[in-house]
Amino acid sequence: MTTETTVTTSTPDVATGARVDRTTGAGFVTAALQSARRTVLQFFRTPQLLMLGTVQGALFLFMFRYIFGGAINPGEGIDYVDFLVPGFLASGILWLGMPAATGVAEDAATGVHDRLRSLPIPRASIMFGRSLADTALTGWGLLVTTVLAFIVGFRLDAGVGEVLLAVVLLIVMAYCFMWVFISIGLTSKSAQAATGTCTLLIVPLAFVSAAYVPGDSLPGWMQPVANHQPFTVFSNALRSLTLGGADRVGLGHNTAYWVALSLVWCAGILLVFGTIAVSRFARRR
Amino acid sequence: MTPIIEARGITKRFGEVRALDGIDLVAESGHVTALLGPNGAGKTTFVSAVATLLRPDGGEIHVAGIDACAQPKRVREIIGLAGQYASVEPAMTGTENLRMVARLFGLGRRDARTAAADVLERLGLADAGDRLVRTYSGGMRRRLDLGASLVGRPQLLLLDEPTTGLDPRGRKDLWEAIRNLVADGTDVLLTTQYLEEADQLARHIVIIDHGRVIAAGTPDELKDRAGSNVIEVRPRSAGDLPAVEEALSKIGCEAPYTDMDTQRVSAPVAGGADQLRDVVRLLDERDIEVDDVGLRRPSLDEVFLAVTGKHLEPTDPDSDPQSEPADAA
Ligand SMILES: Nc1ncnc2c1ncn2[C@@H]1O[C@H](COP(=O)(O)OP(=O)(O)OP(=O)(O)O)[C@@H](O)[C@H]1O
Ligand SMILES: [Mg+2]
Repeated sequence: MTTETTVTTSTPDVATGARVDRTTGAGFVTAALQSARRTVLQFFRTPQLLMLGTVQGALFLFMFRYIFGGAINPGEGIDYVDFLVPGFLASGILWLGMPAATGVAEDAATGVHDRLRSLPIPRASIMFGRSLADTALTGWGLLVTTVLAFIVGFRLDAGVGEVLLAVVLLIVMAYCFMWVFISIGLTSKSAQAATGTCTLLIVPLAFVSAAYVPGDSLPGWMQPVANHQPFTVFSNALRSLTLGGADRVGLGHNTAYWVALSLVWCAGILLVFGTIAVSRFARRR
Repeated sequence: MTPIIEARGITKRFGEVRALDGIDLVAESGHVTALLGPNGAGKTTFVSAVATLLRPDGGEIHVAGIDACAQPKRVREIIGLAGQYASVEPAMTGTENLRMVARLFGLGRRDARTAAADVLERLGLADAGDRLVRTYSGGMRRRLDLGASLVGRPQLLLLDEPTTGLDPRGRKDLWEAIRNLVADGTDVLLTTQYLEEADQLARHIVIIDHGRVIAAGTPDELKDRAGSNVIEVRPRSAGDLPAVEEALSKIGCEAPYTDMDTQRVSAPVAGGADQLRDVVRLLDERDIEVDDVGLRRPSLDEVFLAVTGKHLEPTDPDSDPQSEPADAA
C-alpha cells in the first residue's frame, strides 16, 4: 500500500562520519491521514468546536420548524417540515463548514503551516487530508440534524435508491464546498478575518436561496440570483430526490436535471477552489 | 568540507521593505551558528528562506551543498524547523504531536513511536507525554516544539528565537538541550535577540540589522573588534545610577551606558586594571555603595554599538512573545 512506501536509508554522514538515518518523508496518503487525524482530534477534544458542530444545526432546525414554520407556506399538499429539511441540510454545509476556515487561518497564523511546509511531504496532501476530515465533521453535524429532523416530523417519500443518491450527493456537495472554506482560511490573515469573510459569504448564500422558503416567495429583484445560485440548486436536487420527484414539490424540470446541475456546480467549485487552496498552500512566498 | 549553509547575496523585499538586503552567511558543520539582530532585522525571513518556505528575490542558498531554490524537497529532507511561535497542537498530547511529525518525516509507525519517546525523554518531558499540550506551560510547549523539529533526526536544525518567552531556568535548560544536540552531530542555526544566548551557544555569530550583515565572526573576534575592555558597576541603590554614570564618564574613553533593566552602568576603557582602581577610588570618594564592580571583555552589545553606533538590547525583553513586531523600518 502507498502508506508504507517510505524508504529509510542509513548512510554514513559525510560531514560527521556518524551514521544518520535519512528519511525521504511521508507519502501522500500517510501525510493526508496524519493531517486528517489532527483535525478530527482537534474537533472532538475542543468542547466549543464539538458543541457548535453538533447542536448548532439542531438549534436552527427547531427555530425554522416551530418559530418561522407557521408563517411559511410551501404550496399545496406539502408540509413545511418536509419542504424545509432537504434545503436545511444543504445549507447546513455552509454553517458547519465555517470552523474549517477558522481552523485553517489559525494554523497559517500560528506557524503550523510553516512547520508542515518545511517537511519533506507532498504539499497538497495536508489540505487534502483536511478537506476529508472537515467533510466528515460536517457529515457528523448533518447526521445529528437529520436524526432530529425525523423527530420533529420529517418524512421521506422516496425509494431506497433515491435516498442513497441524496445522501451521496449531500456528501459530495459538502466536500466540494469545503475547498471554498479552506481557500478562505488560507487567504485570511487571521481567524477573525476568516470568520468575517465566511459570514459575508454564508448569509446571502443561505438566505437568498430556496433553502428555507420557496424561491418564488422571495422579492422579485432577488430571484434572478436566488434561482440560479448553487444552494438553490442543491436544495432543489435534495428535495426532488427525497420528496417524490421535482413535480411533486412544485419545481420545474425533472429530478435528473437538478441532480446533474448540482454535480456541475460541485465540479466547478472543486476545480476553482481546490486549485486556489492547493497552490496557495504550496506557494513559496 | 561542504558548509551546512552557504548563502550568497540573499535579497528579499516585501513591498517597500527590504527584509533581506544582500545577506552572505556561511555556516560550517559541527557547531551552532547564531543569527543575532533586533526586531525586524530579517532573522525570520532568512530562516524561512533556508527552510524553503520563501523564495528569495536574489542570491543563492545551498544547504549541505543542495540548492534550496532548485531542490527544495531534498533540503526539506535534512532540515527541522522550530518557528518563532510554538506550533504544536494543543488538543493533542505531547506524544501524539511528536509521533505525527515523526510520521510526516517518513518514519514508520514503530520507529515514530520510539523516536517520540526518545525525544520526550531527552527534553525532560517524558512525564508529561500523555497530557494534552493545552495543559502545558509556555516553556514546556517551546521544548515540545523543539522536539517536533528534531524528531525526524534532521542534519540541520533551524531554531527561530527558541528561548523567547522562557524564564531564565527554562532558557538554561533549552541551551543545555541544544548543546547536547550539537554534541551528537546535529548542526544548528538559531536566531536570537539575546547577546548572552549567542555568546553562550554559538561559535559563529552573524549580526544583522535592516537585512544586512553588519558583523560576523567568533564571539572573541567580535569582541576584539569592539576593542576596549569594559568597566561595569552596579550600585546598591538605583538612585545612585546617575552618580555612577558621572564617575565613569571621567574614566571611560567613551560615554558610559546605563542599562535600566539590569541596573548596571558600563563604559569602555582604554586600558584595564588601572582604570578599575580609579573607578573604585571615585566611587569611594562619592560614598556610593556598590553590589558589583568589575572589568570585563566587551559584550556583543558593545560590538553592535561599535559597528552601528546604537545599542542592541530588545526594547522590551519581557514583551508578549505572541505579539507581532510593529517595526516595519
Ligand atoms: N510577509 C511579510 N509581509 C510584509 N513585510 C514583512 C513580511 N515578513 C516580514 N516583513 C518585514 O520584513 C522585515 C524583517 O522581518 P523579520 O520577521 O524577518 O524580522 P525578525 O528579525 O525576525 O524580527 P523579530 O525579532 O521581531 O522576529 C520587517 O520589517 C518586517 O516588517
Ligand atoms: Mg522573527
